[in-house]
Amino acid sequence: MTNAPVVPDLHPPAAKRGWYKRNEIAITPWLFLLPGILFFSAYVIIPIFQSFQVSLYRWDGLGDLSEQGQFIGLGNYRELATDRNFEISLWNNVRWLFLYLLAIPMGLAIALFLNQTVTGIRLYKSLFFFPFVISQVVVGLVFSWFYLPNDGLLAVMLGWIGIEGVNILGSPETATYGIIAAGLWPQTAYCMILYLTGLNAMDPEQIEAARLDGAKRWKMLWYIIIPQLKPATFIAFVVTIIGALRSFDLISIMTNGGPFGSTRVLSFYMFEKALAEFGFRMGYGAAIAVILFLIMLVFISYFLWSMWKDERAAR
Amino acid sequence: MRSILTALAASTIMTGVAFANPLSGDMRIVSDMSNPAPRAVMEGLVADFGEMHPDLNIELEVVDRDGWKGQIRNALTANPPDVINWYAANRMGPYVNAGLFEDVSDLWGDIEGLDAVKGALTIDDKQWGVPYTYYNWGLYYREDIFAELGLEEPETFEQEIANCQVIIDSGRSCYAIGTKFLWTAGGWFDYMNMRTNGFDFHMQLAQGEVEWTDQRVRDTFANWRKLIDMGAFLPDHQNYSWQEALPFMVNGEATAYLIGNFAVAPMREAGLTDDQIDFYQFPIITEGIPQGEDAPIDTFHIPSGASNKEAAREFLKFVTTADVQTKINAGDALGQLPVNAASSVDDDEFLNQGFEMLTNNAKGGIAQFFDRDFPAEMASVGMEGLQEFMVFPDNLDDILQRLEQARQRIYAQ
Repeated sequence: MTNAPVVPDLHPPAAKRGWYKRNEIAITPWLFLLPGILFFSAYVIIPIFQSFQVSLYRWDGLGDLSEQGQFIGLGNYRELATDRNFEISLWNNVRWLFLYLLAIPMGLAIALFLNQTVTGIRLYKSLFFFPFVISQVVVGLVFSWFYLPNDGLLAVMLGWIGIEGVNILGSPETATYGIIAAGLWPQTAYCMILYLTGLNAMDPEQIEAARLDGAKRWKMLWYIIIPQLKPATFIAFVVTIIGALRSFDLISIMTNGGPFGSTRVLSFYMFEKALAEFGFRMGYGAAIAVILFLIMLVFISYFLWSMWKDERAAR
Repeated sequence: MRSILTALAASTIMTGVAFANPLSGDMRIVSDMSNPAPRAVMEGLVADFGEMHPDLNIELEVVDRDGWKGQIRNALTANPPDVINWYAANRMGPYVNAGLFEDVSDLWGDIEGLDAVKGALTIDDKQWGVPYTYYNWGLYYREDIFAELGLEEPETFEQEIANCQVIIDSGRSCYAIGTKFLWTAGGWFDYMNMRTNGFDFHMQLAQGEVEWTDQRVRDTFANWRKLIDMGAFLPDHQNYSWQEALPFMVNGEATAYLIGNFAVAPMREAGLTDDQIDFYQFPIITEGIPQGEDAPIDTFHIPSGASNKEAAREFLKFVTTADVQTKINAGDALGQLPVNAASSVDDDEFLNQGFEMLTNNAKGGIAQFFDRDFPAEMASVGMEGLQEFMVFPDNLDDILQRLEQARQRIYAQ
């Protein structure tokens, strides 16, 4: 620094700047992104295309695809179209998607209820949040004991009002709903936390103004509170949809897909066909995965599109 | 201790221990013997084998038994160990066909006393592994409750049904069963079918040579349905695993359990004494058909990608020798039956009865169990249908149609 000229040289010789220096602004972000892009491609993007490829083969998952696999074109998809278990799984996925959304209004209701300053409110909040902290496996176990015929708490309580012989998880009509109810318990807690944070960031001036204008109760909620919670609602929607499509662990723990396959969803059916104890149909499993991916793609595109729209509006 | 052919046993021990060249290097064993007693047996085996070959460095990895069923395919392809546990018959088919198991036919020439079980380890006229234990299936029942109700061990299906009626009238279920994981229903089908149509027919069905909609298959289900319609089975069995159904037998709400000999240990642990439990062979349904029995064999194999096959071969020879077989299957070890004809069966009430039954009263043949005799996919579709039948017997036509569709697709490949 001691040799630095007093007057800065405003026209340094251009040749001294290397290629990197010249393109630094354009390249640096990509350099930072590079590790992420590499891992994301290796573990997410490329496997997606591999699944597409595998789904066109009859392959037992042992040995090499190009040697052991037999190319059958769309054969796996044709079989899916007539597979009744696939149809059951698909409908169960639809049930999960719709009923799981109940977690959003329930979470909002609890959040509004808990958003007050009373002694010990922190304790109540953490108690309500508790189911989201414990593992899904534990939730599944607790609920399967709750539903146990004869000895379960539910059976005992129904016995008080004279209803006997209810076997929620043992009957193909009710089993899926029983599992969804178990899943709603932690999911509601998750949505509640999202809304509680949203309520903290509420603009007090708007509420004050609304109050002066005479807005109360439902009008206040509908026109003032909920619009301000829009970002929280969006995130709650995203995590709930994703949660519904990933509903694997609860099913595995509570019914193992049974009774006779009536509680399977697509992800579970794929696991059974391709990877589980008797699953030696890698191609068929991949075909199920592709269908599940296409369903998810609808939601993913919507989420990405609406996020992109928000970003543009913000600029 | 009961000794069969003591002289032969002695000679086998002599040849079994004589090893020519010392083994060295590393040997990695992955075992699925994860329950407490089997785990101790496996660790004992490794310790004994290690003592015989001090230069060999043995690494034992014990994995969860049910988890292993899903892990085996990865274990066989990526960095395969030298010795692994698996099961006989069709259950090893996919790995044999994919070339992942080592052909060990040469070993079978050296080992004596395994001829009876050779068929279960044979695919394409070659042997792909060695057996280390097997166990009988049958009806384990509450002797004290039978005595209280004045019942005898039945020999025919009519007697079985008559007994069952008395049991139901006393406010109990005849059979404990938990079908949440499906395979227990497979056991019932094996026996109903082997007793109604015989062992050979059962094997034809397993090999896909008979249609599921065949009248003989319907006869089997009709017989089974007699029990279901009486209310013989534990209600809500689709909610329980086989272990979760055990307490019903222990506290006397159900009187019998069609299960393998492995259930005796937990029954004893739950407080039932040998005076309270006893065993009888599944009764005869169709007169004149020789009885077939389920007696699944558990096995050791060498992955084809193993690095120390020489040591692995010696280990396989070691575990099948008569004295090792006697030791690991004793009542205080695995509590099961040794496969080597020259070994002796430990003096245990249930091992004795099971061994007696399999030696003298299983003239029809020995089956490996539904999920090992049928190809993997047929087994999983089949067992799901069997569970549905046990809950909704009226769906039978629909179930059989589905199984027949599956049969046509699976065996055509």
